[in-house]
Parts: sequence; C-alpha cells; structure tokens
Amino acid sequence: MYRAKFCVALAVAAMVLAGCATAEAPEAAKPAAPSLDPQVDSNPFPSTYKPFAGEPTAFVGATAFTGNGKRIDNATLLVKDGKIESIAAGVAAPAGYKVVDVRGRFITPGIIDAHSHLGVYPQPGVRAHSDGNESVSPNTAQVWAEHSVWPQDEGFNAVRRGGVTAMLVLPGSANLFGGRSVTLKNVPSITMQGMKFPGAPYGLKMACGENPKRVYGTKGSPPSTRMGNVAGYRAAWIEAAQYARKWDGWRASGGKGEMPGRDLKLDTLAGVLKGEILVQNHCYRADEMAVMIDIAKEFGYKIRAFHHASEAYKIADLLAKNDICAATWAGWWGFKMESLDGIPANAALLHAAGGCAVIHSDDPILAQRLNQEAAAALAAGRKLGLRISDEDAIGWITSNPAKMLGILDKTGTLEPGKMADVVVWSANPLSVYAKADSVYVDGALLYDRANPGLQPRSDFMIDRKAGGTE
Amino acid sequence: MIRTLLGATAPALVLVLSTLAATADTLAITNARILTGGAKGDIGNGTILVVNGRIAAVGAKVSIPRDATVIDAAGKTVTPGLYAVGTNLGVVEVDQVEETNDNSSSSQSISASFDISHGIDPQSFVIPVARNGGITRAVVTPVNGEGEGRELLFAGQAAIATLDAGSDPLVKSRVAMVLALGEAGTGAVGGSRGAAIVALKADIEDVKWFSRNRGNYNSGATRELRLSRPDLEALVPVVQGRMKLMVMVHKSADIREVIRLARQHRLDIVIAGGEEAWEVADELARARIPVILNPTTNLPGSFETRDATMDNAARLAKAGVLIAFANGDGGHRAPEARYNAGNAVAHGLPHADAIAALTSNPARIFGEAGKVGTIERGQQADLVVWSGDPLEPLSEATAVIINGRTQPMTSRQDELARRYLKLDEPLPPAYR
Repeated sequence: MYRAKFCVALAVAAMVLAGCATAEAPEAAKPAAPSLDPQVDSNPFPSTYKPFAGEPTAFVGATAFTGNGKRIDNATLLVKDGKIESIAAGVAAPAGYKVVDVRGRFITPGIIDAHSHLGVYPQPGVRAHSDGNESVSPNTAQVWAEHSVWPQDEGFNAVRRGGVTAMLVLPGSANLFGGRSVTLKNVPSITMQGMKFPGAPYGLKMACGENPKRVYGTKGSPPSTRMGNVAGYRAAWIEAAQYARKWDGWRASGGKGEMPGRDLKLDTLAGVLKGEILVQNHCYRADEMAVMIDIAKEFGYKIRAFHHASEAYKIADLLAKNDICAATWAGWWGFKMESLDGIPANAALLHAAGGCAVIHSDDPILAQRLNQEAAAALAAGRKLGLRISDEDAIGWITSNPAKMLGILDKTGTLEPGKMADVVVWSANPLSVYAKADSVYVDGALLYDRANPGLQPRSDFMIDRKAGGTE
Repeated sequence: MIRTLLGATAPALVLVLSTLAATADTLAITNARILTGGAKGDIGNGTILVVNGRIAAVGAKVSIPRDATVIDAAGKTVTPGLYAVGTNLGVVEVDQVEETNDNSSSSQSISASFDISHGIDPQSFVIPVARNGGITRAVVTPVNGEGEGRELLFAGQAAIATLDAGSDPLVKSRVAMVLALGEAGTGAVGGSRGAAIVALKADIEDVKWFSRNRGNYNSGATRELRLSRPDLEALVPVVQGRMKLMVMVHKSADIREVIRLARQHRLDIVIAGGEEAWEVADELARARIPVILNPTTNLPGSFETRDATMDNAARLAKAGVLIAFANGDGGHRAPEARYNAGNAVAHGLPHADAIAALTSNPARIFGEAGKVGTIERGQQADLVVWSGDPLEPLSEATAVIINGRTQPMTSRQDELARRYLKLDEPLPPAYR
C-alpha cells in the first residue's frame, strides 16, 4: 500500500516511472502494456534537442537589459558551456574566451513568444497547412499541437531574425479545450522533437467567449452561448476528476481489479488537475476571466495565463492577486466584440498593478517585432503617467513569458546558470531601427546578420534567392 | 448628385461638430524641427504659420502675428499629417460584427459601382484612435465581396476622407476603382488566371462598347454584357484613363501582366499589395506605376508572395517607383503604419522617403498633390507635432492639426484607460 502510494507520488514527479509500474508493482497486478497506463510513459515524444556547439564567449561593453527589470551599463556577459556564467559591469574578459565587442550595442535575453502558431499554421498559409484547430468537437483535449508542427515553416527563421529564441505553440481557439500546447526552442530542425524545449511543462489551450460558441453554435451543436461554454468546461472537469480518481484508486489498491480504461482527452485534463500541465486560457473579457478563475477554484487547478486578455486592465488587481499572467498586444483591438475594449496601455496597467504582463504575437509578422510592440505598449503606459523603465518593458517579452511557460528557472533572464539565450541588438531594442545583430541559443551562435552562412532558411525557401531574407 | 447632396448637408454638420475641434484663425507652431517634405526639406528650428486653415508661411524666420495661437514645439518634430491608405477607417467599426462593415458588396449587380463613400461614419470610434496616431486623411478602400455564384472582379470605388473632427469626413468619393487579380481574382472568376484576365478584358471591351452605345443599350438593342448597368457606368472613366485603377496583386508575374494591360488599354494603374514588386521595379518605374505596400509583409504567406522581403520598399524607391504605405490590417491598427515605415528605414529606405510614403506620395497618387501632403505655403494645414522621431513607437503625436484646426486628442481607448487607472475607488468605474 505504502509502496503503491510512493509510486504515485513518484509518477507526479515524473521520475523512474517504469520501475514503479513493473518491478515494484504487487504480484496481483496484471502486467499491462505500458501504453495503457497514462503514468507509465507520460513523455512519449521526448525532446531530442541538444545544444549546438558554442565557445566560451565574453560580450564586453554592452548596455544589458537583463530581463528581470535591471539595466547594467558597460556590462560584461560571460557565457560558457551553453550557460550564462556571470554578468557584471566593467569586467575585463578572462583569458580563453572569445571576445565579442558590443560597445554601443544592447543585449537582452532571447525573446520568448508566449502565443505562437508557427508550425501549426505554417507558411505558406494554404489549406493543406491548416493544422491548428481540430474544430470537430468542443473538447479536443486529446490533440497535441506538436503533432501538427511543421519544422520547415519559414516563420521560425523569420522570428529568430527578430530575436525570438523560444515560443509556446498553441492549438487554435475554436474549442473550449483546444489541446496541448508545446514549448519549442527556436532552432532549425528536421524534426519537431529536435526543437522541443527540454523539461518544459505541457500546456492546455482553453478558449472563452465568441470562438467556441460561434464554431459550434453555427453547426447546431453545443455550445452556442457563453453559458453553454461554461457548462462545457465544468462537465469536462467533472469527468476528468472522476477519471483521475479511478486511476488513483486502482493504483492505491495495488493494481487490484480491472485496469481502468485509458482516455487521451482525460489524460490531459487530469494532468491539469494534478498540476503538471499549465492552463493557457484564450479569454478577452474581464467578466469572463473572473468566471474562469472561479471554475479553476471549483475544480482545484490553476490558470497560468490568460491569452489576448484585452480587458486585463479592468481586473489587474484580481489577476495580480491570483498570480495569473496576461499576454496581450499593444495595437490589436476592435476586430471582434470581445476585443472592443482593448487598449494600448493594457500591459502597462497590469504591470503597474503588480501583475505579470506579457506582450505576445499570435502572428508571424508581429512575432518578428515583439520588441517594438513592447515599446508601443510602454509608450501608452507612459502617456498615462505610469513610471515604467525600458528594462521593465523588456521583461514583458522575456522573463514574464518564461514564467508563463514554466521555464523561468531555465531561461528568460541574463542570470548566472540560465541557458545562454542571448540577443545582441544594434541599438536599444525599443527603437524601430534596432536589429538583432546576433542570436545565441544555449550559447551557440545560430543567427548572425553579418554572416550569410549563419542565416538559416527552410527547405521551402531553398530556391528563393532574394526573398524572405532581411 | 450625391456630392451635391452631401455638400448641402455639410454646413450643418460643421456647426454641430465645430465644438469638438478648437478653431483658431491664426496658429503658429514655433521652435519646431520641420520635415516639410517639400522644396525646403528639413528645417532644424523653424515656425509654421497657419491662417484660415492654410499654411501661410514656413521657415526658420517667420514673423508671428500678435493674435496667433502659439504651439511651442521646442524639441519636437512636425510632419505633414499622415495618410491611411487602403484602409477601412470609418466603414468598419468591429470586423466580426458584419452589420458594422460597409466596405464590400456581395451583390450580383453592384461591384464596380459599389461606392464606399456612402458608408463613412463620422461617429466612428476608430477614427479618433487613428487621428491620435497622427493620421489626418484616409483613402477608404473597398475589398472584394463574396456572394453565392458571384463572379465579379471589381471591389468598387475608394473615397478620400478627412479625419477632421470639425467637418464631414467625406472629401471626395470615387477616387479610384479597386480590382482584385492574382489568387483573389481567380477565386472570384473561373479559378485560373487565364479565366480572370479574359473576364477582365471582356469587361473592358463591354464598357467601351457601352460608353459608345448608351442609346442602343437603353432601347434594348444591346449585346450580351457580363456587368450590370451601374457597374458598366462606373467603369467608363476607368477605361477612358480618367479614374485610377487600383489593382490588388502580389506576384511579380501578375504585376507584369498588369503592366501589359495598362499599356494595351491605356489604364491609369496603381498596384496595391505588391510584395514581389521589387522584382519588376524597373518596369514599374518605366511605366510610372506607383505601388501601395505594407513594408513588413516579408513572409511567403502564399504562393504569390514567395519572394516577399523587408527590402521591397527600399528597392522600389531606389528604382524610382512612387511608393505609399498601407497597413494591411485595416483601420484599427492604422497608427502602426508609421512603425512599419520605420522598419522600411531599418531596411534601407531613406527616412525622408519613408515620411513621403505616408504623406506626399499618397497625395500624388490620389490627385491631391499641391493641396495636402507637404508643409508648404498655400497647402491645407494638416500637421502633426511629434514628441520625437515620428517613426518610433516611443514617440507620440502631441498635437494634430487638420484644416488648421487643433484636434481633440482623446479617444474611447483613452477614456477607458483613464477610467480603469485606479481600481480601488469606493464606487465602480461606471461612476467615473
């Protein structure tokens, strides 16, 4: 009994699972095929990403925006073994380091796009590439965005030129439960697994409001109203809780009796209830976000972030209190009723209330300029009289999205021990004229504006001689 | 007929709306860095004098009448007011609320004759947002409508609107005819370029026949015509080369086809979209065909734009093509056109050319040169005072002047921001 519980606890921690389920299971348990138990292998499509070769590098003389609200002038950033070793002002480069002279230039952590459909709605946007919305049922928690990702999407290369080193790729918002999101390292790769961010938690895409009720309401099936949406979420969570209890009970009994049936949809929802999968919730209106927060409390899970969140500023205090990030734009509003009250100062107002503000793209063109979108959001806040620094605004596209994706312990700031995901900018990245001169992922130089040999292009673009590039 | 009708109602509207915009007969903007866009180029520290809605003087040394209202623009930059080109400003309030969309026709018999000017809403809450972003004038442009079985290439006719809070928005209707070719055009007709171009040529011949045979047409002695009478009528000035034909097209091969058509039929063409226009830049320059583009659409979003590049604007300008910037995302994001222009500068376009692509170039393309678009004596006083470089997101418009009138600098968005600035008041925001 004790041992069985211990195994469950281990399962939650995602460690030596196979050992628990086989060798240590009581004799009474029937040996089940591993794929029938959701906890035996909770990572069937593991990351094969390995950092590319880099060399010990000293970036000397930059203005650094560290991502966590600090600015260091005349900074020396040391990178070794793919990690940030140190950052401090006025330090000379030690021997054995390749020196990159960044005097007069700026460095930031790699930008993280918290809302991307790269790969699932790749370039070119033809029907054959429309892989982002499994809009056949309001609950498709069983689908995983990674299984739609086409690594040859030229968008990955385009956004790297804009400094993006990691992103959250989500299913679309047609469904109440759209499926699992995936966090990717922005590295050229033949396979999706080669881009998967090692150790990043999964997310579950949920959607409020107009999209699900429109998609299904016009098909004559539920939901067709916002109250129908909410009934749909609650029914699903009840089913998921029962499913989780069935499995937990079976394990607690030492595997006595018939093994419960496995359901991919409920695996994902149960993963949310266990706190292993982060809820990424598309939701525009303040009142709807408040309802979603109550639903989360009713069923005992956490919402990690609201996406788009045009009205986050109306409930900035509630979001801050519940530690829920809001990812939004500066300039997008009014394209639908629920985005009517979107304002450029949204992120700044949330930031000023102590909340976790994120500037995201949802768009492969905007994703190339998240730094400029952050600048526009900052300008709107300053116009309102809010005192927000440049280095604070850089946090909206680095450390805060890292927190949102559950990878802040690994990247998102220029702090020692973090992955050396670094962008060197030709000027202050909040300027429209700033360009990413070079982009490092885990300490490896993967884009160099001055070196055509370090400007990767997708297979789709191989015969295009001049287009697509800078 | 229509313009007369609007002309008659305009004075009443001005009376009602004039309380919104401060009127000053004489206005002086002093100590400004002035990007005139005209022969005087950039003036490091100068004055613009506005009298009765027009620019009376501009220069380093301008005497200021005692009764003038003075805007001290020390440390600031003044540009001509910006155009929003190819926009749905004033005709779309909320994209996904169809009832608020007046930018297309789905009718079988109203395509070329669709006149967008009738739908421009002076009370649009999108207009103040654009105006606060330095936009003073708009080329309000239709898009192709869809209707069951509809096989028509023309979207209708664009109009010029002013964003002056103190006047009726419509400046001029029917300034250009909008035509979709390429994939959009083949989607409308026949499914192939070979069908769409043949249909277009047939339409042109029909319109020519119609313009010479109205009497026969009226008496029923007509031939088979693809288009309705209003559509034929609307296209007469186009085939006579008197109305600009704005062709929405992307691929360089399609642009070449349009250049050939223009030559054959003596059409007055402007290309809109033009992601691959840089590949035919010299041919466009020779044919004196301008291009309206968004300089940031650099992805192969379709098989028509595989050679899209951030260099498009710079390469076209270098070849001598007249360019204007459009924001492809409609009226709500119209203020972003200046950032897009900044990105074109970051990719090689001279700064003055980028400003021109937002001001004097659209004025030239749409027949308003000499009236608006530069800061020169005699021009209508459409001016923007910027806190810094107008192409920087961190800069903002601090004053907008249209027709010599200082505009209100507030919008529904600004009011929402102020209403929710403090969340801990005793009564809900509804009381603020």
